[in-house]
Amino acid sequence: MIPELGHLALILAWLLAAAQAGFAFAGAARNDGILMATGVSAARGQFVFCGIAFVSLGYAFYANDFSVLYVASHSNSTLPLYYRLAAIWGGHEGSMLLWTTTLALWTVAVTLFSQHLPEVFRARLLGTMGLISLGFLTFILFASNPFQRMIPAVLQGRDLNPLLQDPGMVLHPPVLYMGYVGFSVVFGFAIAALLGGELNPQWARWTRPWTTAAWVFLTAGITFGSQWAYYELGWGGWWFWDAVENASFMPWLVGTALIHALAVTEKRDAFKLWTVLLAILTFSLALLGTFLVRSGVLTSVHAFATDPQRGLFILVLLGGVVGGALTLFALRAPQMGLGGRFGMVSRESMLLAGNVVLLAATGTVMLGTLYPLFLEALELGKISVGPPYFDTVFVPVMLPAMLLMGLAIFAPWKHAVLTVLLGRLKWVMGVSVAMALLLPLMLGKWTPLIALGLLMALWIAASAFVSVYERLKKREGGIIKTVVGLPRAYQGMIVAHLGVAVFIMGVTLVKGYEVEQDMRMSPGDTAQVDGYGFRFDGIREAFGPNYMAIIGHFTVTWNGRPVTILAPEKRHYLASDTPMTEAAISSGFFRDLYIALGEPMDGQAWSVRLYVKPFVQWIWAGCLMMAAGGVLALLDPRYRRRNSAAMEGTA
Amino acid sequence: MKPVLKYLLPLAIFLVLVGFFAASLKHDPREVPSPLIDKPAPAFRLPVLNAPDKTFAPEDMRGRVWLLNVWASWCGACRDEHPVLMEMARSGIVMVGLDYKDDEAQASAFLSRSGNPYTIVVVDADGRVGMDYGVYGVPETYVIDRAGIIRYKQIGPITQKALREKILPLLQRL
Repeated sequence: MIPELGHLALILAWLLAAAQAGFAFAGAARNDGILMATGVSAARGQFVFCGIAFVSLGYAFYANDFSVLYVASHSNSTLPLYYRLAAIWGGHEGSMLLWTTTLALWTVAVTLFSQHLPEVFRARLLGTMGLISLGFLTFILFASNPFQRMIPAVLQGRDLNPLLQDPGMVLHPPVLYMGYVGFSVVFGFAIAALLGGELNPQWARWTRPWTTAAWVFLTAGITFGSQWAYYELGWGGWWFWDAVENASFMPWLVGTALIHALAVTEKRDAFKLWTVLLAILTFSLALLGTFLVRSGVLTSVHAFATDPQRGLFILVLLGGVVGGALTLFALRAPQMGLGGRFGMVSRESMLLAGNVVLLAATGTVMLGTLYPLFLEALELGKISVGPPYFDTVFVPVMLPAMLLMGLAIFAPWKHAVLTVLLGRLKWVMGVSVAMALLLPLMLGKWTPLIALGLLMALWIAASAFVSVYERLKKREGGIIKTVVGLPRAYQGMIVAHLGVAVFIMGVTLVKGYEVEQDMRMSPGDTAQVDGYGFRFDGIREAFGPNYMAIIGHFTVTWNGRPVTILAPEKRHYLASDTPMTEAAISSGFFRDLYIALGEPMDGQAWSVRLYVKPFVQWIWAGCLMMAAGGVLALLDPRYRRRNSAAMEGTA
Repeated sequence: MKPVLKYLLPLAIFLVLVGFFAASLKHDPREVPSPLIDKPAPAFRLPVLNAPDKTFAPEDMRGRVWLLNVWASWCGACRDEHPVLMEMARSGIVMVGLDYKDDEAQASAFLSRSGNPYTIVVVDADGRVGMDYGVYGVPETYVIDRAGIIRYKQIGPITQKALREKILPLLQRL
């Protein structure tokens, strides 16, 4: 009964999405306030019914209702409750439902926080989001219904893929989707502006907080995913340039460019067309990411082709949303005007250059991700270009962006003099070059790559600190009071940029100084890795809720003193008959110790992988600092103040 | 370019992309003839994995039918292919692994963990030999006959189907 209720709720949500789009656009066309208000109510109602559908699916998982096909294929009664609930988004159909529910949530947020927008603009925004929702709900109802029954029911479900049975599964997908889907709001703002024919600084100011919010979620989502891969996959890596990862990284790169472009459009009314194009592109990439990951087109074109209806639908939806937006862009762009002028050397030109670099970097990622796909499309077989391609192409492309990060925060708007800028930054440059050259010597190994990585991190960090210092010099009160009193948006920028520095530092030091050893160990053996002694004490067997485990026992010592005890596991999941490796990690500020159990060898011996990974936690700390910077920027009272001013202006 | 046309550029690029996606909705890809088919296998001499003082060259295999499998530890599709390779090794097929643009430690870790299906593994650290063989990406496999002539090229992992229908019949003929 409950699944049917969920199905019915989905149908009602579909009708309300149609009403939302229809009433909002009709109201905007006739400037009819009542129609437009009906659109708002429909949007809120849609959220309620998406929520009911989502909770119904959750209940089916909770109650182990294996007469629902989707539940039977992604759950099992021995699965712990929190994984049963996370299994809602463990497959294609449920992910699509999560997507739509998240979209409805963002739409409700828009209806609540958009009172300051002109009524017609707001209606077009909600109408656009309604159309997107309509497309997704149609897709779910006709091609990916999660409530489909399987009569007669099976007694036991097939279980959730063991790789997904991890705390990361509870957090990572919803946060990532909040990011992906959040860009639909930004997209809606772009479409509404193009429809209305007004692209102005005010539009940029309205768009900025939503862009930042979506970006914060996306940043956090990618970070959680990377951490998950680090401890779950047992390879000790934190980023694999895997197609699924790239699919989330591309909208992040373009979204980052968009945040900076919006700043220029707001402050200087410049490169507006570029900004609006970025807004469209970011959401398009988010859509592409959703589909590439969820449709199975990346894992195998064949899986996609086995359900041509689904594939075709996705293509039509993508074509409609993105193609429609780009057509609108082509029609409206010529009338928009170019906006504010700026000099060859200015903050605008540097932000534009940074934008171009980020887009070029996105291009390289896209090429490496889609090229194998295209080869397959052209019937040339399935291949993987892998990290060698990305390491040699992506990293050099990003270097100029890192240099610009330090420079741009000092450059004045409109016109800057390069010699003056470099004069102000000569100490920053000198100190970061000297430290980048010396630090690797102190750490015991000097390579050009380590020095270069450290140089970038130090340059970005030092320029951020000097920027704050220059502001403090002009202070009147105490230091702490002045720092707290700085504009939130500025604080956010500094924290986010410092996050990039911390991130680069972590990446450089892990790549440069990590030690990995693969060995054969018998109980009682001790291995020395980078000064740490790893003693293998033996193994024992244990039972989990739905798996059997072999647990290794390792005592780690430093100069003979015990540091920690690590217990890596080798699990065998019973329902799906799959083995999994659970690495054991001891994390620290300066280093992680990482052990993964390999295969049993002859006698009591095991193959074991031991890693010492210096500063690896800095990678994620840096990413979370970027997200925290975004949150600080969101807290800037400027938005609220100007919003109320704008309301008075239009009232 | 006319000024108005440049605003159409994003749409045009997008349509090309959609075209490719539409093409990828089609059916099973077939292998394409490589320009190297029925040509002598390009010569090389490369160090052997974990034994850098030893080297291997295709002429060492003269008089035998063998497979050259291009792989790497960083390649996900190779992990999918690996069980098939192990099965082939058990049935006595001679395979040489070309470890392509890989870290040697990672490569030997992969083999010691998952099993080594290769008679010998050579290290193509900079991918130069891969270039000579026209490698698009990893994995790829070449069937080379007694006279050192390439007779077949598999792009992407060897599937059970490709093994059954192409490679095994070919090996029986050779």
